[in-house]
Amino acid sequence: MDSVADSQRTLYPYVTGSSVVAIKYKDGILMAADMGGSYGSTLRYKSVERLKPIGKHSLLGASGEISDFQEIMRYLDELILVDNMWDDGNSLGPKEVHNYLTRVMYNRRNKFNPLWNSLVLGGVKKGEKYLGTVNMIGINYEDNHVATGLGNHLARPILRDEWNENLTFEEGVKLLEKCMRVLLYRDRSAVNKIQISKITEEGATVYPPFSLRTYWEFSAFQNPTAGAEGSW
Amino acid sequence: MSSIGTGYDLSVTTFSPDGRVFQIEYAAKAVDNSGTVIGIKCKDGIVLGVEKLIPSKMMLPGSNRRIHAVHRHSGMAVAGLAADGRQIVARAKSEATNYDSVYGDPIPVKELADRVASYVHLCTLYWWLRPFGCGVILGGYDRDGPQLYMVEPSGVSYRYFGAAIGKGRQAAKTEIEKLKLQDLTCRKAVIEVAKISIYGVHDEAKDKDFELEMSWVCDESNRQHEKVPEELLEEAKAAAKLALEEMDAD
Repeated sequence: MDSVADSQRTLYPYVTGSSVVAIKYKDGILMAADMGGSYGSTLRYKSVERLKPIGKHSLLGASGEISDFQEIMRYLDELILVDNMWDDGNSLGPKEVHNYLTRVMYNRRNKFNPLWNSLVLGGVKKGEKYLGTVNMIGINYEDNHVATGLGNHLARPILRDEWNENLTFEEGVKLLEKCMRVLLYRDRSAVNKIQISKITEEGATVYPPFSLRTYWEFSAFQNPTAGAEGSW
Repeated sequence: MSSIGTGYDLSVTTFSPDGRVFQIEYAAKAVDNSGTVIGIKCKDGIVLGVEKLIPSKMMLPGSNRRIHAVHRHSGMAVAGLAADGRQIVARAKSEATNYDSVYGDPIPVKELADRVASYVHLCTLYWWLRPFGCGVILGGYDRDGPQLYMVEPSGVSYRYFGAAIGKGRQAAKTEIEKLKLQDLTCRKAVIEVAKISIYGVHDEAKDKDFELEMSWVCDESNRQHEKVPEELLEEAKAAAKLALEEMDAD
C-alpha cells in the first residue's frame, strides 16, 4: 500500500462549495446555491458558479470539491456533444444524465478514488419533471425536493413542512430563500452571495447573484457560547 | 484493364513501372460511381447536398444518411461506400472531441480536414489495408469563417469554394461555376443546390430513385451544423422540379 504522502487518490477535498437546495415547482425545477469556495475553513473564492445547465433539458448543482465538479462538467460537455452529433432529433433528458452521473460517481468510488461531490440534477423533458441527487459514494435517489450537505439537515425539514407540488415560481423562490437564509445563519461556510436558477420546458435560466437580507441582532446571536458549557 | 496495370494493381504498396498506384485509382472509381455529393461555400456559410440513391423502395425514408455532424460546427458528406464513410466520420468525430478536450476549443476546420486526410492517407500506405472507397466533403464554420474541404481516397485534401464528387460531378461543377458565390446567401444556395446540381444531374430515366439530403452551417443556423429546415428543403425541391419541367418544355 502506498503511503499517504505519495497517494494518487483523492484523500480529502481542497476547495469546496457548500449546500445546494432544489425543489420541484409548478413549471419545473428551482435550484439554489451560494457562490463560496472554501479552502478548508478559509473562504478562498467568492464567485464560484455551482449551478450549470446541461444540454437542453437539465440543470446541475454541485457541492463539494470544486475541481472535481469542473472535471464532471468536462465529462458532461463531452456526453452532450457526442449525443448531439447523432443528430437524430433525440437528446438526453434529466433522467439519463442523472443515471450517467450515478454510474460515474459509483465507478469512481469503486476505484477508491471518488469524485468528492454531492450533485443535484434537475430537469424537465416532455412535461415530466425530474429531480434527483447522487453523492461521492454513489448513493442516489429522486425526490420532490433535495438538498446536499448541511442542507439535508437544515433545509429539508423546512421543505417537508412547506413544499407542495403546485408552488408558483414566486412561492418557490421564496421557499428557497427561506432555506438559504437558515443555511446562511447556521452553516459557517455559507456566504451571502446566492444564485437561483430554474429549468422549465423552455430551458434553463441561471439568475444573477444576489444577497439575502439578514438580521443578526437576535439575542441568541449576541453571546453564542452562553449555555455551551465546556466550549471555548 | 489495359496491360500496363498487369501485375501491379493488387497492392497499395507496389508502384507500377510508370509510377502509379492502381489500388488508389480503383478506389477513386468507387467514388465516381456514387450518387452526386456537392458542397458550396457562400458568403454566410456552407451548404452540403447529397443525391442519395435508394436501392430499395422498402427502405424507410431518411435511412442510410450520408451527411453526418462532426462536432457542433461542421458536417461531412460522403460519396462512395457508405460504410467506409462512417469509418471516416467516426474518426473525424473522435479527432474533434479529442481536440476539444485537449485545447478547450472547437477544432479549426483546417485542422480537422488535415487530420481526416492523414487518416485516409494512412490507409494507402500498408499492404494489409485497403484505401477507403469514398470521398468526403467537409464543411465547417470557425473563427476564420466558413470553409469547405474535400478529401479523396488518396488522402489529398484541398480547400474549395465549391466541390462536387460522384457520378454527376462534372455537370455539377460547371453549374457551381456559374454561381456568384461571394454574394450568394445559404438560404438561396439551398435552392440552387437542389435545382442545378441535384435534380440537374440526376438522370431520371437511368438512375434509381433518390432522396435529397441537405445540411448547412451558416449564420442563420447560429454557425452550427444542422439539417436544412424541412420547409426550406421542400421549397427547394419544388423550385428544382419546376426548373426541371421548364427545361424539359424547351
